[in-house]
Amino acid sequence: MSELLIKNATVYDPINGINGDKMDIAVKDGKIVDSIGGGAQTIDAQGRLVYPGGVDAHTHIAGSKVNVGRIMRPEDSRSGIKPMTKITRPYTGYTVPNVYAMGYRYAEMGYTTAFEAAIPILKARHTHEELEEIPIIDKGGLTLFGSNWMVMDAIRENDLERLAAYVAWGLLASRGWGIKIVNPGGGEAWGFGKNVSGLDDPVPNFEVTPRQIIRSLAEANERMNLPHSIHLHCNNLGHPGNYETTLDSFDICKDIKPKRDRQALHVTHVMFNSFGGNNWGDVQSKADVIADYLNSHDHLTIDMGQMIFGSATTMTADGPVQYANARTFKARWANGDVELEDVSGVTPLYYSPQVYFYGMMWGIGQELALLTKDPWKVLLTTDHPNGGPFVNYPEVITLLMSKKKREEAISKIVPKAFEHCMIHTIDRELDWYDIAIKTRAGHAKVLGLIEQGKGHLGVGADADIAIYDIKPDETDATTEYDRVKAAFRKAAYTIKGGQIVVKDGEITATPMGRTYWVKTTVNNGGYDRMMEDLKMKFRQYYSVNMGNYMVQDEYVQHPVVVETEYAEV
Amino acid sequence: MLIKDVLCPFCGCLCDDLAVEVDNNKVVDVQHACKIGSSKIMGHDRIKAPMMRDDKKGEFREVSYDEAINEAAKILANSKRPLLYGWASGVCEMMKKGVLLNEEVGGIIDNTASVCHGPSALGVHEKGMPTGTLGQFANRADVVVFWGCNPVQAHPRHMSRYSVFAKGFFATKARRGRKVIAIDVRKTDTAELADEYIQVNPGMDYIVMSALRAIIAEHADVVPDNVGGVPKEKLVEIAETLKNAKFGVIYFGMGLTQSRGKYKNIDNAVSLTTELNAFTKYSIIPMRGHYNVTGFGNVCAWETGFINAVDMSRGYPYYNPGETCSNDLLMREEIDAAFIIAGDAGAHFPAQSIARMGKVPVVQIDPFHNPTTEMANIVIPTKVSGVELEGTAYRMDGVSLRMRKLVDVDFPSDEEVLDKIIAKVCEIKGASA
Repeated sequence: MSELLIKNATVYDPINGINGDKMDIAVKDGKIVDSIGGGAQTIDAQGRLVYPGGVDAHTHIAGSKVNVGRIMRPEDSRSGIKPMTKITRPYTGYTVPNVYAMGYRYAEMGYTTAFEAAIPILKARHTHEELEEIPIIDKGGLTLFGSNWMVMDAIRENDLERLAAYVAWGLLASRGWGIKIVNPGGGEAWGFGKNVSGLDDPVPNFEVTPRQIIRSLAEANERMNLPHSIHLHCNNLGHPGNYETTLDSFDICKDIKPKRDRQALHVTHVMFNSFGGNNWGDVQSKADVIADYLNSHDHLTIDMGQMIFGSATTMTADGPVQYANARTFKARWANGDVELEDVSGVTPLYYSPQVYFYGMMWGIGQELALLTKDPWKVLLTTDHPNGGPFVNYPEVITLLMSKKKREEAISKIVPKAFEHCMIHTIDRELDWYDIAIKTRAGHAKVLGLIEQGKGHLGVGADADIAIYDIKPDETDATTEYDRVKAAFRKAAYTIKGGQIVVKDGEITATPMGRTYWVKTTVNNGGYDRMMEDLKMKFRQYYSVNMGNYMVQDEYVQHPVVVETEYAEV
Repeated sequence: MLIKDVLCPFCGCLCDDLAVEVDNNKVVDVQHACKIGSSKIMGHDRIKAPMMRDDKKGEFREVSYDEAINEAAKILANSKRPLLYGWASGVCEMMKKGVLLNEEVGGIIDNTASVCHGPSALGVHEKGMPTGTLGQFANRADVVVFWGCNPVQAHPRHMSRYSVFAKGFFATKARRGRKVIAIDVRKTDTAELADEYIQVNPGMDYIVMSALRAIIAEHADVVPDNVGGVPKEKLVEIAETLKNAKFGVIYFGMGLTQSRGKYKNIDNAVSLTTELNAFTKYSIIPMRGHYNVTGFGNVCAWETGFINAVDMSRGYPYYNPGETCSNDLLMREEIDAAFIIAGDAGAHFPAQSIARMGKVPVVQIDPFHNPTTEMANIVIPTKVSGVELEGTAYRMDGVSLRMRKLVDVDFPSDEEVLDKIIAKVCEIKGASA
């Protein structure tokens, strides 16, 4: 029985409404408890900042596209190198780190949970092979359904029961946590080198629209009572003028009633979808309009997709976007069509502060976070490694906490950028409580992980705890941003399931984390209709047999299975 | 007992539709497989027990597994520059152990791609790889190019399952709806089945690709009358066919990767594919040989950041093909011990490398006797993956599947042997540290 007592902590635990209270935290057998006996191991936090372990609801840490990034970019693997030690395997990579660096670096920053944002079902086995090799952190993944033939066929025939049955089967087959939709319909169009342009542009050969795909999957999501809402990457990503499509996409789910205490829709890396204007000459930030929408509606949440200057490896199931990027920047291009299901692309980019639209994108991410009043509605991400690698979260935290820090950063960016965005006019500065929401509590709530004991420090929660070497009472984050950044960069302690895994920023233990997935039971005629259709598709169109398709138990060695049941709304 | 949905442990097609009849723990019939796959599953002469010899010219003597494993570990632990080569004919689970073993001994881990599609990886470093899964091509492709590859011989079911004769959702007419172009230095059996055969002079693939790119970019005027043995009018015709495809796919083999130009051929072929995407949809894909050579590239990449030829002598992964590939090291006579597993260096390496292997201790782990055995000091037989052992393999398009176990045998798995070697190496190194 392991016991741990953290004394004299300055705790921020927004899910339990704790805002900088001085308290002790008791841990027994990996969980937070009321109190423990006298013999426990004790850490004296000495008034330092204590948060629940960080949670990342949208990151690309595993699977074929990540590995293609590694294979395509040996130069990236040559950075960030740290030799092996008696405890740790070697680290490599910056934008596409090896599996070990993924786990170690998240843990070093006080993060204990990260969810992979795109699992193609046919390649889910690969994704889980990598997830299983990522040490320390708990994991999960979102399964791609946005251009799937089974999905589109069921929607065209207006058969929501069959749709839900397939989604349930797909989540089981991929061991996934939720429904990811990327450029709905566009993936199928990309099968023949095309795209869809808007929400009402029919998907070639399938006679459904992106609007129908989003709406139907959102409805199916609630009927299945999934912990997370649908997770949407909007159409027209990266195009000037796309904010209108984004607002339209928000509206589609306006009247969806969530079955759980969470949003009906999560829209991801909205920075890339908040552009006004007609072309790259007059492109401009529409983050204020997006934020206005968020301020007046409660059915959705977003994440920032903050851009970080420097090297990035963009990777997405939005295949057409990646081809356009590669053509525009004469960059390397990897494409990855997945039969019947989706597509993807990988392209390395370099975000230079001397390019004004990159400066604008840098501004938009922060504008979304700062102009949206409710901190729970906008999560802090970089859409790793699309906007930039996750190791830059401390940089983003300081930008959000300090106007002075932003001014310093702005002075290094080409001034023309600020004719296209408004970040330089914003005075808001977030506090320790806001940051706790944006980096852990909000993520856990959006993903539906609170009841799994994530993102908070209430009794019964997982003892995933980060202690940072900074005292909120004695630190002015608006001016001492270098200290804040250093503290968030290397946690004084990261505690994972009650075990100390990081001390003074160094890895001290490498336990294996768990993988969360959802098993939904669908007992209705839709299941039989779905199976008939699915068997036909395997016989005729898949290149693998149905008997070899589903991810086997061997690939998820430390599972946490959440069960739900289908019910008519 | 009939076991269905069996995966074939032969080539990169990783066919998963085999049915195998097992009677009394013996494979008695294999259905749906090609002759080579069937032959591998039916089984043939095995190395019966671990063997050792002190003098490479001497006779092997049978030893226990413990003795062979301990001696192999001693060789690796005492080596300053060990090479750990092979890894393609095994499951991913053992590859992970291989990467770990390489960390422990500070050696160089390299796989069979080093003498096969290694240059394709360099092409990917240069230009990327627009590709897809084989089912995508079966469902959509109406133009199919085989460049420097011969699936009829090397991937016998490729054409029927994925590329030429396969029906698909959009490719409803199968062979009749597809234009098949074979480009090769000789008229292979694949070329015999094609609609167009373009004979390229040996070593001239690169300039033929460049000419096609020029024509596609509307610069036909700069192309001479004959390029690499191909008349210009033929190239113009081919370029039109390529551009007018609804969905095109280029399958390429070692005719491109191991001929003059090497990785630059792949660089150029990827550029050609990318440029064709300005007109229509195109993909390109290497025809991988061993059923799980693609798996090693994936495992090695996610564990070390690099696809193969990883040198751990610095305590962190270092990759520099031309310096850290097996033959670079063997030819420079740097290697002082060779550990060959699930691959046959003896059959495929150049003479100069073989000469070096003749001078250093060689450990072989393999179910079967092959030319590497002739150079070995220690031979440790293991299970045949996909027949006697289940585990993960990656098809040539990167789709990973779980191989099945069909029969029980007493041999240990590669993974078990590696685990013991790792433990022993740590013990020896710990004692010497």
